[in-house]
Amino acid sequence: MSTGAPLTEAAGVAAPAAATPREPGSLSAFWRRLRARRSAVIGLAIVVALVAIAALADVVAPYDPTATDWGAVRAAPSLAHPFGGDEVGRDVLSRIIYGARASLGAGLVSVALAVALGLPIGLLAGYAGGWVDAVIMRLTDALLAIPFLILAIALAAFLGPSLTNAMLAIGLSATSTFVRLTRAQVRAVAAEEFVEAARAVGNPPWRIALVHILPNIVPAILVQATLTIAAAIIAEASLSFLGLGQQPPEPSWGAMLTVAKNFMDQAPWMAIWPGVSIFLAVLAFNLLGDGLRDALDPRQRT
Amino acid sequence: MSEPLLAEPLLDVRDLRVTFDTEGGTVHAVNGVSYTLREGETLGIVGESGSGKSVHVLAMLGLIPRPPGRIAGGQVLFRGRDLLALPERQLRKVRGGEIGFVFQDPMSSLNPGMTVAQQIVEPLRIHLGLGSRAARARARELLDLVRIPNAAQRLDQYPHEFSGGQRQRVMIAIGLACRPKLLIADEATTALDVTVQAEIIALVQELKRELGMAIIWITHDLGVVAGISDTVQVMYAGRILERGPVDDIFGDPRNAYTLGLLRSLPDLSGGRAGRRRLHQIDGSPPDMRRPLPGDPFAPRNAYATARCRAEMPPLVQAAGAAPGHLVAAWYDLPARLAEEGAR
Amino acid sequence: MSASAAPILSVRNLSKAYPLRAWWGGKASVFRAVHDVSFDIAPGETLGLVGESGSGKSTIGRAVTMLNPPTAGTVAFEGTDLATLPPRAMRRMRGRIQTVFQDPYAALNPRMSVGAYVAEAFRLHRPGMGAGERRAAVEHLFERVGLDPAFLGRFPHQFSGGQRQRICIARAIALRPSFIVADEPIAALDVSIQAQVVNLLQDLQSELGLSYLFISHDLRMVRYLCHRVAVLWRGRIVELAESDKLYEDPRHPYTQRLLSAVPLPDPVAERARLAAADPHLPPDVQPGDLVEVAPGHWVAGRAIA
Repeated sequence: MSTGAPLTEAAGVAAPAAATPREPGSLSAFWRRLRARRSAVIGLAIVVALVAIAALADVVAPYDPTATDWGAVRAAPSLAHPFGGDEVGRDVLSRIIYGARASLGAGLVSVALAVALGLPIGLLAGYAGGWVDAVIMRLTDALLAIPFLILAIALAAFLGPSLTNAMLAIGLSATSTFVRLTRAQVRAVAAEEFVEAARAVGNPPWRIALVHILPNIVPAILVQATLTIAAAIIAEASLSFLGLGQQPPEPSWGAMLTVAKNFMDQAPWMAIWPGVSIFLAVLAFNLLGDGLRDALDPRQRT
Repeated sequence: MSEPLLAEPLLDVRDLRVTFDTEGGTVHAVNGVSYTLREGETLGIVGESGSGKSVHVLAMLGLIPRPPGRIAGGQVLFRGRDLLALPERQLRKVRGGEIGFVFQDPMSSLNPGMTVAQQIVEPLRIHLGLGSRAARARARELLDLVRIPNAAQRLDQYPHEFSGGQRQRVMIAIGLACRPKLLIADEATTALDVTVQAEIIALVQELKRELGMAIIWITHDLGVVAGISDTVQVMYAGRILERGPVDDIFGDPRNAYTLGLLRSLPDLSGGRAGRRRLHQIDGSPPDMRRPLPGDPFAPRNAYATARCRAEMPPLVQAAGAAPGHLVAAWYDLPARLAEEGAR
Repeated sequence: MSASAAPILSVRNLSKAYPLRAWWGGKASVFRAVHDVSFDIAPGETLGLVGESGSGKSTIGRAVTMLNPPTAGTVAFEGTDLATLPPRAMRRMRGRIQTVFQDPYAALNPRMSVGAYVAEAFRLHRPGMGAGERRAAVEHLFERVGLDPAFLGRFPHQFSGGQRQRICIARAIALRPSFIVADEPIAALDVSIQAQVVNLLQDLQSELGLSYLFISHDLRMVRYLCHRVAVLWRGRIVELAESDKLYEDPRHPYTQRLLSAVPLPDPVAERARLAAADPHLPPDVQPGDLVEVAPGHWVAGRAIA
């Protein structure tokens, strides 16, 4: 063939593309794979529903979550209070709805913090290597060695107990996970030939890290982030249960459980609904994370 | 080549079809492959990736994952029994027993956590029911057979303690453990250095003389096929395009794809200055998700006719060629080449 | 062993050693992947580098491009010693020295469109270029390597192996380099595609006056494509000669063994070769310094009988 003009090869390119209108790496293909996994779809649906409820709490909640009503003290579920009333007559349903803000917010914010810190640090450790890597890894080892509760209690002691500080504690303790994951992913991707090809064409190191390596590790980070949100929701509930998170009278599922434990006999609904909520949220994020992992797994591609 | 008409063939593949279900659609990997193999015959199968050369043997040994793989039709008669109809238990007895096989990558085919002795002994105990002492003695013989020095000492070593060529020898020893009637080698020397490849081929030739088994040697290397085959079969897009005695395939190719492969080899006659440009086959291999109605090579074939594009030619005796030289082509290649020469 | 014109690449006493970690009580040692290798490449010349796995041929390719710099020796490219160049200057130099890698499946970034991949060369080395100008240049390159510019926006997995290698070649020639290391550029391609890529490399050479270091284990293709060939054995050059001369009159026992192992795609000749093959290998000899046994034909000293 004369190599001066577009040639027969072009037909070869067109053919496979026509058979699959969108490439397997595209968003639509990703959706198709995600949709094929029922558990992931269920997880996603619950997550979307919870986020919508939290966002629209002002609209969907029947009562003010902090408003007390003497007639509803430890009231059993009824038409007026479908989830019942708590020890000072607040509507449990409304508190669950507003509590979703604290729980989901804590999950999202703390994981966002962990990713925001862990990703660049991991990228640096993985790509720079050498002593930079050694120092960073020893620091994350040290961070991992601090028990989560001790860190949270220490932060609460210094900064005072609040939802923000709980998020900070959760985010900080999850950071080392993301540093390690990012570093491992970067090292795996950096060993690939296209990274060498990127060097061969004259890319400076920062551009290799950001343009060539980062987009290839995003899927793994996304999966881990989703699974970590589930863990963070439990962590927030635990901290609030211990009084180190959301402060009364603001609602949070964990804080609701703290109070509910004193009324288990008389008003079990006070404990059941926050418990179910935590369970559902954690399950949903775990299902979604597992589904994402499968859908983003390059080995599934043809 | 004279086909023995009376003797039942060792292997009789009839209209084998294999598909794979993928996200992008169904891949038609093997599309009606039929051929026979006599006892003691060496069949060289050439083809590129996607030709179905490897997939069809994996399918007949029950080694493709199902799903996504599916045997869409056909029969594989090995000594009269249809392998595709055998229950997995009985197929396991055939595989590694009467049919031995050697794959491309000796490192991933051997279990790194088991000694070589354990891996050779395994088929002996499964298929021949040998006791541990007898099996070990036989394993030693096999390592001797594949010319691994100090066999007795090396039996208890692990795969990583062997060089690449020696690992492939171990694979051959495993393949031969039960004195198979048929040895299938799938790109068995592709990953090896050329000097090691030469050793392995020489070894297989010797073993064939000693043991008399039939061989199916699958490769993309026309040079390897030229030396060891009785019969050569050229595959493309899951079909056999041409098949015949080795000298006739190389000397009198009847399919344009075979001709293209032979011509694309660098011509080394004459000095560097006078060397012609490489003959190249334009275009890309076909998309196996969308099988063409006609000859799969037609889009890349300068000799293709309208009929080639519309209708798949059957694999039949080539006119005027040696007996047993079969070709699937609507065009008459020698005539077309003669025309070209005249012009 | 200099070529007639002033060489474009001049490699002298290049070595690459890897330290091996010592066991407790043991002595730390080094693994010499490449040892004291010297050669020149003339403008417009193709030098073939052959040898078996572990012979150091890819190591040399990565050392002369400073992708994996040598531990000793000089690599003079157009008169500049690359080994002493600071990183920034070396990155600028990469416009003139390019590499085509073995595996076109691995060499393309799966999450970058092929157009962006090729355009990267301009992005990095021609910062003044506008987006439209860059796109036009990439389209031109696509046409030059035989790909339809309409596919600029597609991603690597939508292309076949041969097409991907064309994309890699398009990027390699984008900045009009004078020297390209082709490290097994056809090894991962189907037989029917190899000739396309070899022809393309040859066309580009005559058009752009490129020099190639062609690393391959395909000994027939090396003879066909290369002006001169160097045979590597255990990290050293054991023989270097004009290609036909080397293939017709190999002097070093290793070269002889290597060449005699190549299967011939001709049944009669191949059967004869198999029958004549001597399974007994000559003993390994540590090669000495290269000696010129005929004009331009160098053989490692001690081995010459």
